[in-house]
Amino acid sequence: MTDWPGYIGLILQGALVTLELTVLGSVLALVMAFVAGLGRVSRFLAVRALATTYIEFFRGTSIFVQLFWVYFVLPFAGVTLSPLQAGVLALGLNVGAYGAEVVRGAVKAIGREQREACIALNLSRYQSMRYVILPQALPLMLPTFCNNAIELLKGTAVVSLISLTDMTFQAQVVRAQTGSTLVPFATILVLYFLMALAISYGMRWLERRVTRGLDGVRT
Amino acid sequence: MVAPIIRIDNITKRYGPLTVLDGLSMEVLPGEKLALIGPSGSGKTTILRILMTLEAISGGHIEVDGDQLYHIPKNGSLAPADDRHLHRMREKIGMVFQHFNLFPHKCVLDNVTLAPMLTKGVARAAAEKRAMELLDMVGMADKAKSMPAQLSGGQKQRVAIARALALSPKIMLFDEVTSALDPELVEEVLNVMRKLAVETDMTMLLVTHEMGFAHDFADRILFFDRGKIVEEGKPDEIFRNPKQERTQTFLRKIIAAGHRV
Repeated sequence: MTDWPGYIGLILQGALVTLELTVLGSVLALVMAFVAGLGRVSRFLAVRALATTYIEFFRGTSIFVQLFWVYFVLPFAGVTLSPLQAGVLALGLNVGAYGAEVVRGAVKAIGREQREACIALNLSRYQSMRYVILPQALPLMLPTFCNNAIELLKGTAVVSLISLTDMTFQAQVVRAQTGSTLVPFATILVLYFLMALAISYGMRWLERRVTRGLDGVRT
Repeated sequence: MVAPIIRIDNITKRYGPLTVLDGLSMEVLPGEKLALIGPSGSGKTTILRILMTLEAISGGHIEVDGDQLYHIPKNGSLAPADDRHLHRMREKIGMVFQHFNLFPHKCVLDNVTLAPMLTKGVARAAAEKRAMELLDMVGMADKAKSMPAQLSGGQKQRVAIARALALSPKIMLFDEVTSALDPELVEEVLNVMRKLAVETDMTMLLVTHEMGFAHDFADRILFFDRGKIVEEGKPDEIFRNPKQERTQTFLRKIIAAGHRV
């Protein structure tokens, strides 16, 4: 007789690790998206070049390879990270590169007229960005950020390759010990789906909040 | 003799091979109301944009209120201005745009208070008090909490005028401020500007296609064509008795198009 409650508990423990990776990875990705995305529209060539290099490198190489580098190669350079740290770093940097282009696109989408109004009102570059451009660009970023966050959630499965006991890793363990394929994989399928759904709804709520007033209805 | 507040000296403006302004010189006296008229592409809007530092000049010098706009004195000669200098010079100048350019994510009141609070460090309470006075003057005090999207074009433009006035500039630039409005909304904006002309001693430069308004409002009219001032003078001289053929042709076309003079 298989101890299913125990095995499901194991998968749920893995789900917590997946959740942790997703949240921490998203935070890092968000920071990187803004740093590199705003770096891309900087007036300094060196900053633009640095941001572009980061974006192209992390978009252009595989998340697997990036993870292996962070976990297996960095120790040779004297930087040893825990599997969780390595996972968060690789996922955050990878998804942040995609997010950076979202930030850049949204900032560019706020037209010349708004920028000219800022100059005519004598706002500094920082003030224009902080009080005029970004508040209008943010609602444009959210739908794509939602996509990126879901991609990051699903991407967390790769960390099972560096022995981090996330949801996918635990499902493999359960499959090996019970011989059942259907139950563990069906369980994580549903769990991934529910997590993605939660991200989706959370983002939609956020979107409604930040666009409030812009459509002419002040509440 | 009063010193001019704006002295434009032999400026050129090129976009690639296209020369928009070609060795243009002009002066504006403090408190003067000046209307710039002429066909599209004649360079009149470009002058306002250059004065607001939205476009750089390709050559020449501009002096505003005693200081060079695009240059700073350095070792006895003039060097290109840096950000700090431009920031200081922009304090003297305000601009109202054809398409209002209000901040859509901020209510009317916040549109007016944002710049004084950020650039002059005015406290919120004081900024709001002054903003309400200005909104009252343009007849928009009752819409202080409305969002720009809820306003008509004429209302938006009146808010934009209040927003520019909140920084108390010495010089105000009006760039075709009624061109984007439905005809029935033009008058409410023009009324605000008439009021400004009477109640303040601001220097005002106006680019417009409203010839009747230019005639009543301006102390002096400049007629532009192909980047040069073709003719200038008192409104009556320009509109009743233009000397240059190009001015006559332009005014004939404008009248034929149904604009009253």
